[in-house]
Amino acid sequence: MSALSWLDREHIVAKPGFSRWMVPPAALCVHLCIGQAYAFSVFNLPMTKLIGITQGAATQAHLPISQVIAHAHSAPGDWRLTQLGWIFTLAIVFLGLSSAFTGTWLDRVGPRKAMFTAACCFGGGFLVSALGVHLHQLWLIYLGYGVLGGCGLGIGYISPVKTLITWFPDRPGMATGMAIMGFGGGAMIAAPLSVLLMHAFSTPTHVGVAETFVVMGVIYFCFMMVGAVMVRVPAPGWQPAGYVVPAAARKLITVENVHVDQALRTPQFYLLWWVLCLNVTAGIGVLGQASAMSQEMLGGRITPVAAAGFVGLLSLFNMLGRFFWASTSDYIGRRNTYFVFFLLGIVLYAVVPTSAHIQSVALFVLCYLIIISMYGGGFSTIPAYLKDIFGVRYVGAIHGRLLTAWSAAGVFGPVLVNYIRQYQIDHGVAKADAYTVTMYIMAGLLFIGFLCNYFMRPVHERHFLRVGQSEGLTGTEEAAQ
Amino acid sequence: MSYSTDPAVRGTGQTVKLILFWAFVGIPLLWGVSQTIANATKMFR
Repeated sequence: MSALSWLDREHIVAKPGFSRWMVPPAALCVHLCIGQAYAFSVFNLPMTKLIGITQGAATQAHLPISQVIAHAHSAPGDWRLTQLGWIFTLAIVFLGLSSAFTGTWLDRVGPRKAMFTAACCFGGGFLVSALGVHLHQLWLIYLGYGVLGGCGLGIGYISPVKTLITWFPDRPGMATGMAIMGFGGGAMIAAPLSVLLMHAFSTPTHVGVAETFVVMGVIYFCFMMVGAVMVRVPAPGWQPAGYVVPAAARKLITVENVHVDQALRTPQFYLLWWVLCLNVTAGIGVLGQASAMSQEMLGGRITPVAAAGFVGLLSLFNMLGRFFWASTSDYIGRRNTYFVFFLLGIVLYAVVPTSAHIQSVALFVLCYLIIISMYGGGFSTIPAYLKDIFGVRYVGAIHGRLLTAWSAAGVFGPVLVNYIRQYQIDHGVAKADAYTVTMYIMAGLLFIGFLCNYFMRPVHERHFLRVGQSEGLTGTEEAAQ
Repeated sequence: MSYSTDPAVRGTGQTVKLILFWAFVGIPLLWGVSQTIANATKMFR
């Protein structure tokens, strides 16, 4: 027996009496950690002054990290923000790639081994990055947080999804919504935690980023391992008390299964890819530019300080939307939930320029809070949508491949917002009005998403997995189906 | 096969474990949310 056999699927089959409510917090252990990715930008400014600060003349007593950074200057040889921006971009690209390429493996080995792998990659990524900061070698940070950490993000993101859907066949949206909510909430923990740690390790001539990376890497590894240890898969044939397995398919909810490779041959996969991509594109462009956009569209009514508070509120509603909309989808259906995202989104994007025109801060903030809640809701509702369309069996692997839509939107959304704004300004449009066209284009993208969702139909039966066809599954998993 | 998830059926140990595990993830999350709200309200003042 191998030393790592405790990670195997057959060792994590739940015993009678195990509460399925233990599984969502196990998933949250992983998602709360990897959600740190959204807060990585707090390290960007300190990392532009790693050399400069050592030459500083600051002699004050121990200052808050923000003031240490403010007093420091960049020196020749210090990294630029544009170079550091690639760390997050790499991480998101490798999130998409790793989730796409490891989804099938993950379905085979089970959630514990996947969570363990994610913890090693994500925690290890921080440690390699700490070495990169210590040696002032940027490529080590690209490799550490970008590549290794990005793989941890991707594997960690999809690792609990299928397990949760299997434990909660009666409420799959709520179950995956709880986990994916953690990804939104992780940034709210990571941002103040990073500042606290940098404050603890900083001196007037040292920013403390390397030490912060080491501590965060260790904390995140341990926290994710708690999730890996606690996670369980249901015993073969298990169903929740009182739950009756539907005998026949309902409209857009199949009782069959589609193999992951076969799913890629269906129009439904690509329609859902575009549904996710367009919903995320509309939201991610706003998230990245929220601070500048609010200040420019509302003239002098939003200060930089208030804009930072606005960004914090967006993070909160991004998190809450993940749980609220995914849970709602259990009652109104996945397709209808996306109809709400697209139709309400179109209305709200169309209203935003008007709210700026009449200088209504309350209306402007309200529009964006609802938009961003639907952005989060798009992420958390998609696993249950996939399960409805393709069945439970390969949902983890199919979800992994669909997340490439996120990577695409991560590039497409911000580029769209930034370039259209710049084009408008270059052609003489006032800054306050420079986002108006962008808003209407976003509304247009959401309309295309609406059409993709409208054309969604059940998968043709020729794509269903036939009896005895079970490529890549272990005996235990076979029995569990 | 079906076994109950009814709290009345589960043992006290299971319930305590459940509460502790939810607290383990819930406390950091609430801390993060409270920090976010505190910053947001402070900045809008």
